[in-house]
Amino acid sequence: MARMKFLCDADRCIECNACVTACKNEHDVPWGINRRRVVTINDGKPGERSVSMACMHCTDAPCAAVCPVDCFYTTADAVVLHSKDLCIGCGYCFYACPFGAPQYPRVGNFGSRGKMDKCTFCAAGPEEDSTEIEYAKYGANRLAEGKLPLCAEMCSTKSLLAGDGEIIAAIYKERVTQRGYGSGAWGWQTAYRETINV
Amino acid sequence: MPDNWLGRATPQAIAAFMTLTLLVAAPVYAQAPSGSNPTAQAVSERQLLDELQKIEGRVTLPNTAAGLLEQPQGRDYRTFHEGWLPWIGGIAILGILLLLALFYFYRGRIRTLAPESSVRILRFGALERLTHWMTATAFIILAITGLNFIFGKRLLMPLIGADAFSTWSIWAKYAHDFVAWAFMLGILVMLVTWAWDNLPDRHDAHWLRVGGGFFDKTNRTHPPAGRFNTGQKLIFWAVVLGGIAMSISGIFMLFPFAFADINGMQTAQYIHATVGIILIAVLIAHIYIGTLGMEGAYEAMGSGTVDMNWAKEHHSLWVEGQEAKGTIQPRSAAEAAE
Repeated sequence: MARMKFLCDADRCIECNACVTACKNEHDVPWGINRRRVVTINDGKPGERSVSMACMHCTDAPCAAVCPVDCFYTTADAVVLHSKDLCIGCGYCFYACPFGAPQYPRVGNFGSRGKMDKCTFCAAGPEEDSTEIEYAKYGANRLAEGKLPLCAEMCSTKSLLAGDGEIIAAIYKERVTQRGYGSGAWGWQTAYRETINV
Repeated sequence: MPDNWLGRATPQAIAAFMTLTLLVAAPVYAQAPSGSNPTAQAVSERQLLDELQKIEGRVTLPNTAAGLLEQPQGRDYRTFHEGWLPWIGGIAILGILLLLALFYFYRGRIRTLAPESSVRILRFGALERLTHWMTATAFIILAITGLNFIFGKRLLMPLIGADAFSTWSIWAKYAHDFVAWAFMLGILVMLVTWAWDNLPDRHDAHWLRVGGGFFDKTNRTHPPAGRFNTGQKLIFWAVVLGGIAMSISGIFMLFPFAFADINGMQTAQYIHATVGIILIAVLIAHIYIGTLGMEGAYEAMGSGTVDMNWAKEHHSLWVEGQEAKGTIQPRSAAEAAE
């Protein structure tokens, strides 16, 4: 089985936000929730870079560790998923997540959060594959159809790569060698405890 | 035809102009620095993390907090929450239970020396008892539902299964969020009603020196104490100051990100969990000495009245003060009335 990862080549990202829109549309994500977002660093200054970020599907994921009801699980493809039936909306995963991935609908008084929602690497959740109930809770299950995440597929500059970690690392390495520069695999050291050395 | 002439002449003119421009511009291109690195000024992830500890930028979403791209402190939060906290909690709670068991084994129940008199005096009024029991009930609910966040998945979930445990935990979360307000109110009322009687006085040093008489198996050591002895004062200030710390850090969490950023929220949890564990340990000891540990202690907060002889033994200065004020009959008069 592959070890699925995301890689955003920040030297290619043009902050078009197509990945964000594609994700919201594909999974019918509720208003106010963004499974993916594009962050621009040093906006308007020399050296500005944009990075598209969602759940990185960390190795030994901190969200899963701190969950008080153990609602997370990791698939054979190393995708980190969770059960909305078990989630109690406590918010601990957001405090532990290095990438701000978990999102919560506001449902009640004070800061009461609903069931957590996050990027599923287009692999949905614990329900039976490609069913209506699975779609309603977690969105589309593209992995079950043999497809990769839509955000990366829609990326106009092929900045965002999604797939087997070894393959996308090789693609990125080749790019960097060919063009002679690269600002690195953002988040990899934090998420996977390894980075791509070119 | 002028139109036709223009149509024929224009492309030629444009071509000529473009050729000229290229000829003029060519040397400019040749002078541009070659082999420059377009990423020379690019931001580097490693450098940003080294210098700022986290990476922030701008997003086009209404939720500007989403501009926080990376906060590796989440890993520290995890280390605290899963590495330290269960150990702190386990050691504190099992530790205090062990100490109390050892104490009970050594000292047994602390008895009142003198037999019961026929005189009972008022120790806690209705408002004081109401406040105490409201806060106590709230605290026990908060403690159980709070501990559920640490130990639930380790102890309870294997017994009742993931689904039942999730349902219980949702209700526990709501109980924790709502009952918290009763606790906060109780802490404030306690502070106002009892702070004066809990200020340190000149008898505290002596009380501490003789250990409050706790370790005298002959039960003859009863250091003089006012309305509250030093041990009770320590409990009071632990509850009030700890309760205020719990309230403030708790309000931070009830309104996430209203008063703090992500690192502030993490710190609020560190404080809330650690102080909460300490308070639970302190109050287990308080519950022990107020019920099983000492004869006559429970009545004070239960019925509000205590036996005169118990009061004389445990709070001699308070009894003298009450007698002087005329709130209760002087000792001799009470004895005469018997």
